[in-house]
Amino acid sequence: MTEQAPLNSLYQQLILEHYRHPKNKSDLPDKTVEVRMHNPVCGDEIQLQLKVEGDEIKSAHFAGQGCSISQASVSMMTSLLVGRKLADADALAARFTELMHGNASAASDKALGDLRALQGVAKFPVRIKCALLGFDALLEALKQSGHSGHGKIP
Amino acid sequence: MSPGSLAVSPSKVAPSALDAAVLRRDFPILDQMVNGHSLAYLDNAATTQKPLPVLAALESYYRHDNANVHRGIHELSRRATVAYEEARIRIARFIGAPHASELIFTRGTTEGINLMAWSWGLEFLKEGDEIILTAMEHHSNVVPWQLVARRTGAKLRWLEIDSEGRLAIDVLPKLLSKRTKLVTFTHVSNVLGTVNPVADIVRTVKQGSDAIVLIDGAQAVPHLPVDVAALGCDAYAFSGHKMCGPTGIGALWARKSLLESMPPFHGGGEMIRVVEREGSTWADLPHKFEAGTPDISGAIGLGAAVDYLTQVGMPAIAHHEKELLAYALGRLAEVKGFRPLGPSDLSQRSGVISFTLGDAHPHDISTILDSEGVAVRAGHHCAQLIMRCYGLPATTRASFYFYNTTQDVDRLVAGLHVVRGIFG
Repeated sequence: MTEQAPLNSLYQQLILEHYRHPKNKSDLPDKTVEVRMHNPVCGDEIQLQLKVEGDEIKSAHFAGQGCSISQASVSMMTSLLVGRKLADADALAARFTELMHGNASAASDKALGDLRALQGVAKFPVRIKCALLGFDALLEALKQSGHSGHGKIP
Repeated sequence: MSPGSLAVSPSKVAPSALDAAVLRRDFPILDQMVNGHSLAYLDNAATTQKPLPVLAALESYYRHDNANVHRGIHELSRRATVAYEEARIRIARFIGAPHASELIFTRGTTEGINLMAWSWGLEFLKEGDEIILTAMEHHSNVVPWQLVARRTGAKLRWLEIDSEGRLAIDVLPKLLSKRTKLVTFTHVSNVLGTVNPVADIVRTVKQGSDAIVLIDGAQAVPHLPVDVAALGCDAYAFSGHKMCGPTGIGALWARKSLLESMPPFHGGGEMIRVVEREGSTWADLPHKFEAGTPDISGAIGLGAAVDYLTQVGMPAIAHHEKELLAYALGRLAEVKGFRPLGPSDLSQRSGVISFTLGDAHPHDISTILDSEGVAVRAGHHCAQLIMRCYGLPATTRASFYFYNTTQDVDRLVAGLHVVRGIFG
């Protein structure tokens, strides 16, 4: 028998706050790239829109619907992307993936900002893909914007 | 399975007196702790648990009788063949099939429908022909027909559902014509729980067209007495694992004349009479449609499952689930924001409750219920067409079987209060 982690480690107030009042959830008229990511298992869906100039992300918005984890994750993510170089955004995705895999140093990495509130997801393996949906979209958007990083969440 | 191995002797009890608490002893898997709580398993529309007699039949077959069927002259092969074919006879009888040779073993409902699509569909559908299906269908009764329609030039036409999740049967006569070659629909909806009036629909189809009728019985055979002859349909597919049998086994029943008119689905051993370089001739029914070594243990396990269900009694099972449904809908109405899908008239539905709960997403609901030891399903339930009808991306679904009790329902209600506590 496996014991599930306590629920309050998953449903942090900050997550519920982003779920109820998502940041950057509106259309971005001057977007340069748009990626739609869909989780066919649960129907969660995200359209990530970025405005990229040169190698810098000027704005990041999204649309979509899904569970609190997927929506909070993408809301937090977009807040962190503005002003970042494409390579930095790629590094953020990699760091967040480490967090989802239970990496303790990532959990105290200030670079992850509000995303650290999602560290409890690591203890709920079936929900990790929810948290990574927005980052899947981000990596595809980076690729389409000409960034050739590792380009794949392991 | 020995007749005395059941926890309840149905001959001594009225159909309404099924004792779920006692029957649960036949399902050791239900007696376990999950996340610190005793398990409340309410995901029976996805798959059901297996009673001890089914587990015993599987073990006994592999311990004592395992051999390939229909080809060995030796004793074990004879025993395996007899057990496999006797299972076919009992399963055929369980669904009211006139002849056991009309029952084809498949991997499940999906393969049964695909058999119809690729064998009957490719042979008989032509450009301009029409297939009528419904907005209520599981993807397994949609996608095969889309594929075959693309290959043959046949057109798909859709029977819609109303706001309570009932088929718009009044419209059906207008959809029927001499172009209609197939009408196919589910007996019981896996999302809405709607029990469709199959016999009435078949009558309408036969009056208005020469179409054959194929029924998806995956959610019906486990829960209601089913008699395919009385329903009047031409073909009927169902799965073993949703009715106490093993995964990987199911059956397609179809009228003998229909099966005889159809070419084989898969080619290989077992399904031929004579193979020559220029071509081959086919074995008699049902073997024409059973190429290769079949799932012998699966068939035997499903045979044991129908014996078990027969002893519990299908009328008693249907009655128990109906009572549980009424109790559940009453108790769930107490939960603020709870909104069920499906018919409000309980006589038109089975023990499936899909619902939404305020702005809590089904995935979150399912995770929270799991933390309380309550197993439900979250998502589109392989029925995206229904979700689209209601403008919902997903729902949470609780689905009952005869071994569920009012305590399981109480646990669900308590779990939803926990959800409310987190999501407000």
